[in-house]
Amino acid sequence: MPVTTEKALEFFVRDATMGTPDDPIIRMQEDLKRALAKPIDQRRWAMVLDLRKCVGCSSCTVACIAENKLPPGVVYRPVLEEEIGTFPNVARHFVPRPCMQCDNPPCVPVCPVAATYKRPDGIIEIDYDVCIGCRYCITACPYSARTFDSGRFYTSGTPQLEAYEKLPNFEYGVSLDRSQGGSPIGNARKCTFCAHRLDAGMLPACTTTCIGRATYFGDANDPQALVSQLIASPNVTRLKEEMGTEPKVYYLV
Amino acid sequence: MKNLQKLLWLVAIIGFVGGAYGLYDRLAHGHLDVSYGSYIPWGLWVGAYIYFIGVSAGAFLISTLVYAFGVKRLEKIGKLSLFTAVVALGVAMLSIWFDLGHPERALELILRTNIHSVMGWMIWFYSVYWLMLLVELWFALRPDFVAWSARKDVAGSLAHFLTFGRRDVSAKVLASDGRVLRVLGALGIPLAIALHGSVGALFGVVGARPYWNTGLTPIMFLVGALLSGGALTTFVVLIFGPDAGSQEHAETVVFLGQIVLGLLALDVILEWAEYSIGLYAAIPADAESMRLALFGPYAWVFWGIHVGLGVVIPAVILVVRRHSPTWVGIAGLLIAATFIAVRLNIVIPGLAVPELQGLEAAFSGPGLTFSYFPTLTEWLLEVWVVSTGLLAFLIGYRLLPIVTRETAGAGVAGE
Repeated sequence: MPVTTEKALEFFVRDATMGTPDDPIIRMQEDLKRALAKPIDQRRWAMVLDLRKCVGCSSCTVACIAENKLPPGVVYRPVLEEEIGTFPNVARHFVPRPCMQCDNPPCVPVCPVAATYKRPDGIIEIDYDVCIGCRYCITACPYSARTFDSGRFYTSGTPQLEAYEKLPNFEYGVSLDRSQGGSPIGNARKCTFCAHRLDAGMLPACTTTCIGRATYFGDANDPQALVSQLIASPNVTRLKEEMGTEPKVYYLV
Repeated sequence: MKNLQKLLWLVAIIGFVGGAYGLYDRLAHGHLDVSYGSYIPWGLWVGAYIYFIGVSAGAFLISTLVYAFGVKRLEKIGKLSLFTAVVALGVAMLSIWFDLGHPERALELILRTNIHSVMGWMIWFYSVYWLMLLVELWFALRPDFVAWSARKDVAGSLAHFLTFGRRDVSAKVLASDGRVLRVLGALGIPLAIALHGSVGALFGVVGARPYWNTGLTPIMFLVGALLSGGALTTFVVLIFGPDAGSQEHAETVVFLGQIVLGLLALDVILEWAEYSIGLYAAIPADAESMRLALFGPYAWVFWGIHVGLGVVIPAVILVVRRHSPTWVGIAGLLIAATFIAVRLNIVIPGLAVPELQGLEAAFSGPGLTFSYFPTLTEWLLEVWVVSTGLLAFLIGYRLLPIVTRETAGAGVAGE
């Protein structure tokens, strides 16, 4: 059936909820407020990625890099591209891959100094002041969600380190300036669902920036939350279920 | 053998001076000029670490043949293999220390060990192992320290100091020292097995890396340790052993060669089991790593360095020239020196397969790649670390009564 202009318009109009109370972002912000009103150990942050809506624009990757001031070689949320079929009959899939914030995280027990741990709300964090940089956790993550900060700067080797590379980074709610040379340089680093933003009542940067509204975030412990309803869909799946890691990132396929 | 010792001095000094650039670069620029990064987080230095820990455990276990099991044929090389174990452990620790993102926090490993981490256990195993090696070496050397105290040179003063005031060498005290050595040697066996077993288990428990995640991993580490440590000890005994050129010296080297040949056969069987089963089942995540090692861009490391120089040639030598100490020593050196290839082929291929489809192309940047070859800095720093170890060995060999040439000298003077 040919796609008529009317059909195309209908599609956009149906999704033109932007800014209205039906906009998923508005709804998720309400969900977030409700969750933050609860004690931390009763929250269960989860992310849902609707792969049917992801167009592979990588805005989330960029927003994450901007939010967390990520240096070269460090990435928290790349978008994997999968090509299916043989040319010319091919299709592409896009799979954004944040940290899965596993309920049973393989990266946590291996840390020799217990520098990485699960918060009561399920987010896996790294204590930059304790991490010795052995990188064992990087090998243990089945999703390659941890990267190593080897101390690079985009503008090193140019006449001056540009100001944007000296801006403080607010991961973990503290002000970190990498240009002074200390941690997080030499540490393993990872996505924290933007824990510092959550604590301030904001959705993760990837979620607010997603142009296709393909990223959902909220408290899976709240049956009213949008994510809870999406997780209940029959077409939900998780990466590498067989590992027993119990990820809290769900994919709608 | 004296000429070979001089050659080793030359090699150590050149390596120490030349490798210093790697040390400088690591200290001045951290982890910038290295090839490991986010997707392949471990490289040459980790490979060198597990290699030298293995050599240390292997050399130590050879020494237990003397101190715990009382094998008379090896009696005179007990101290030498213990000393080799000490130096190899030092080289291993230095290699991994430079590899840490925050070497200044190394003490945290002891202060806040995570008991759920196999790496945490390993830290404790090698701390205790390190102490035990030093204590055992001291007990083994004490009678010689006393004997050397009479000397009027630096070695004499050092020996005098290192007796720590215990100068009684009566038969009764020596017998009790012997019992201490026997107990330490016996306790050391499970400790050395636990130490290197935990290094293997550290890899084995990583479910995310099917290539490592097998019960065979710690066993292969242990057999590899015995093989590489035994082979190096064979070479060390050939060059530095007591009474070089004597019938007894030749017999010791030949005897060690036969032990090494047996261990080599065992290692090959385990390796065959590992690869044949993995490749036959062909589960992608596991088999991909094996195909990478066997047929990937660095297949020459497996076939040329490991199989060719490290297995086939030494095996032929150990069969055909098994009565020639020189040939046996060369075979030992070949096995020991090429065994680093085995260690690297554990570390790198396990990491060089993307864990998720499309990851290799998803985002690019330094360290976000699945190919690895050590940079000049990585090579040079490792050369510096190994040369430092070799220098420590050579200096120790001169200043400590590791090999008591005195006995031979005194014998000649008495005639």
